[in-house]
Amino acid sequence: MAKRPMLEIAALEKRFGDNTILKQIDLKVAEGELVFVIGPSGSGKSTMLRCCNRLEQPTSGDIIVDGRNIMAGTSRDLAQMRLQIGMVFQGFHLYPHMNVLKNVTLAQRKALKRSKAEADVRAMDMLERVGLAHKADAYPSELSGGQQQRVAIARALALDPKIMLFDEPTSALDPELVGSVLKVMKDLKSKGMTMLVVSHEMGFARETADRVVFMDGGVIVEEGTPDEIFGAPKAERTRAFLSRVAG
Amino acid sequence: MDILIDQFFNVAIMQKAFPLLLKGLWMTLQLCVAVILLGLVGGLFVALGNLSPRRWLRWPTIVYIDVFRALPPLVLLIFIYSGLPFAGINVSPFTAVVIAFLLNNSSYYAEVYRAGLISVAKGQWEAAASTGLSRSQSLVYVVLPQAVRNVLPDLLSNTVEVVKLTSLASVISLSELLYSADMARSVTYNASPLVLAALFYLVLLWPLVRLVSHFQRRLAA
Amino acid sequence: MERFLETFFNPVVMAKYAPDVIAGMGVTLAIAAAVIVAGIALGLALACLRAYRRKVLNFFIICYADIFRALPPLVLILILYFGFPSIGIRLSGAMVLFIVLSLTLAAFAEEIFWAGFSAVEKGQWEAGIATGLGFTRTLAFVALPQAVRLAMPPLVNRVLAITKMTALGSAIGVVEILSASTTAQSFSGSATPLTLSVIAYLVIFMPMVVLARWLENRTAWKKR
Ligand SMILES: Nc1ncnc2c1ncn2[C@@H]1O[C@H](COP(=O)(O)OP(=O)(O)OP(=O)(O)O)[C@@H](O)[C@H]1O
Ligand SMILES: [Mg+2]
Repeated sequence: MAKRPMLEIAALEKRFGDNTILKQIDLKVAEGELVFVIGPSGSGKSTMLRCCNRLEQPTSGDIIVDGRNIMAGTSRDLAQMRLQIGMVFQGFHLYPHMNVLKNVTLAQRKALKRSKAEADVRAMDMLERVGLAHKADAYPSELSGGQQQRVAIARALALDPKIMLFDEPTSALDPELVGSVLKVMKDLKSKGMTMLVVSHEMGFARETADRVVFMDGGVIVEEGTPDEIFGAPKAERTRAFLSRVAG
Repeated sequence: MDILIDQFFNVAIMQKAFPLLLKGLWMTLQLCVAVILLGLVGGLFVALGNLSPRRWLRWPTIVYIDVFRALPPLVLLIFIYSGLPFAGINVSPFTAVVIAFLLNNSSYYAEVYRAGLISVAKGQWEAAASTGLSRSQSLVYVVLPQAVRNVLPDLLSNTVEVVKLTSLASVISLSELLYSADMARSVTYNASPLVLAALFYLVLLWPLVRLVSHFQRRLAA
Repeated sequence: MERFLETFFNPVVMAKYAPDVIAGMGVTLAIAAAVIVAGIALGLALACLRAYRRKVLNFFIICYADIFRALPPLVLILILYFGFPSIGIRLSGAMVLFIVLSLTLAAFAEEIFWAGFSAVEKGQWEAGIATGLGFTRTLAFVALPQAVRLAMPPLVNRVLAITKMTALGSAIGVVEILSASTTAQSFSGSATPLTLSVIAYLVIFMPMVVLARWLENRTAWKKR
């Protein structure tokens, strides 16, 4: 366990008005590790993830990505640091007025200042990787949900992020399309990507996750290996949640 | 019947007035370009101020939009053209028209942009930000194109209004299309030049009006 | 600064010409009210007629709406005011203003109401007709109320834009706010009457702007 932490969340707190949504969250994700976050609706999973690239402004605490604190610095620094943090949303959020290739090259060109040729090559590589190179000219509205989500993953990957955040990447998908996205994620993991994943796909977690974190009421209740959490949860709340999800 | 044709559709008089009206049309087109471009750009900035989270930007733009939507453009024009000289500021008719209509149009365009910008899902801003684009890059490349597409019919119909508005410049003797036609009318004692001007406006604007209706029907469907 | 106040806010001039401008407000309001009633009534009637989908009739309605949406009102005003006397029709400036603005508003109102009718779901028409109401009563009792509600925000905006054009009356000698104040301006040799006109218009139209904004926000929220 000598691996350096790629993402470090320290004493993170988030309040909306009088509501404390996240309380003293501490979490480390090591290089190449896949940390899987579970918890009931409203427990603050999305908020935690969104604090990691400051889409949500943390009330206090530190977010350290590969040794650099993203809470420090100007807004330009923030944009630079967001380049290193890929994010995949539940609702894909592809740009509907651009074709797939443009979706994947836009930030490469404007934020990373890559040349068009360079960005195109990189984009095609990433599209190849998610199995959608043949859809480069299609528009998002012409793709299935699963295909859109894979393009969204390619869009984030093309920027060579150090860590990828996934917020319920398969929740908006028809069941038969879930597999294609999970397969891409598994492939990413095997290639050594550091990943923080919020999801309800417990089977995927058992198979792929290095660690599972259970959140409830804005705190991390328990964390451990998939076997520990799914096999022998210690906390009462974890047990209750898992039995409810297992149905 | 004959008198009707003689007074309103007198071809001989129309022919004579034609070159003068053509000159007027040229001035109208110049006015249109200036006023539309300035309105489109000015309106965008007003709309952005209006949607800003900063209060000191938001409040002035709300007042700006409401005041200039409440004032008739002709009143603005007269105020600027014949009021400002009292304060020692002389403006040419062309400048007066451009300023008055910039104030008026930019508030109308701002309302249209505002509706468009609001109509773009928040997730688009977030996706753009998460890929390291700055706020202005997100606006220019991601949000604005969608916003404009969503309100294209309203932008277009507003632009039709702007073109029609340029006819007010005749009141302060700027020799655009309507002024030229009215000059010809007063010289010939015949309304045919005015009818000819109306035809010019129709040729210019009917296609746009049709397009607006077409867009609106497509959006409704 | 003092010179500025003296030029645009001279209290003596204000006191002297305020009655004229207030009288002008009366004229503006009267014409505006007449235009609103006549324009909306005609526009609504045309939209209802259009719902019967008679080809020839609809062709003329659409042409009318297109032409009056494309033509600047001032052109029509000048044609009526200066052209019609030569064929023996002499109309007062106020009458010309009323006719042109009403016809213009009617053209826009027709399009707005028609868009409202088009947005009423087909099922609503079918339900009305299936329950034995017949076309005309379905139009009146089922489609119309829904269309009117949908039409409200754009209609208020358009009413605002067109009633503001009563200021065009100053070009043909109607003594409404603007011409009252430009007359006062030339008599007094001061810009203060123009300020008075700005205040007068704000008093009349600000409430309408606020109403329009409120209506728009309300429907915008409902859509979410
Ligand atoms: N912008 C906001 N303003 C106020 N409260 C918010 C805001 N965003 C989230 N919340 C609240 O924060 C809490 C946590 O929300 P969050 O979306 O992080 O939960 P979650 O664990 O992702 O739930 P889910 O599984 O439903 O996605 C919720 O109670 C929510 O109501
Ligand atoms: Mg969530």
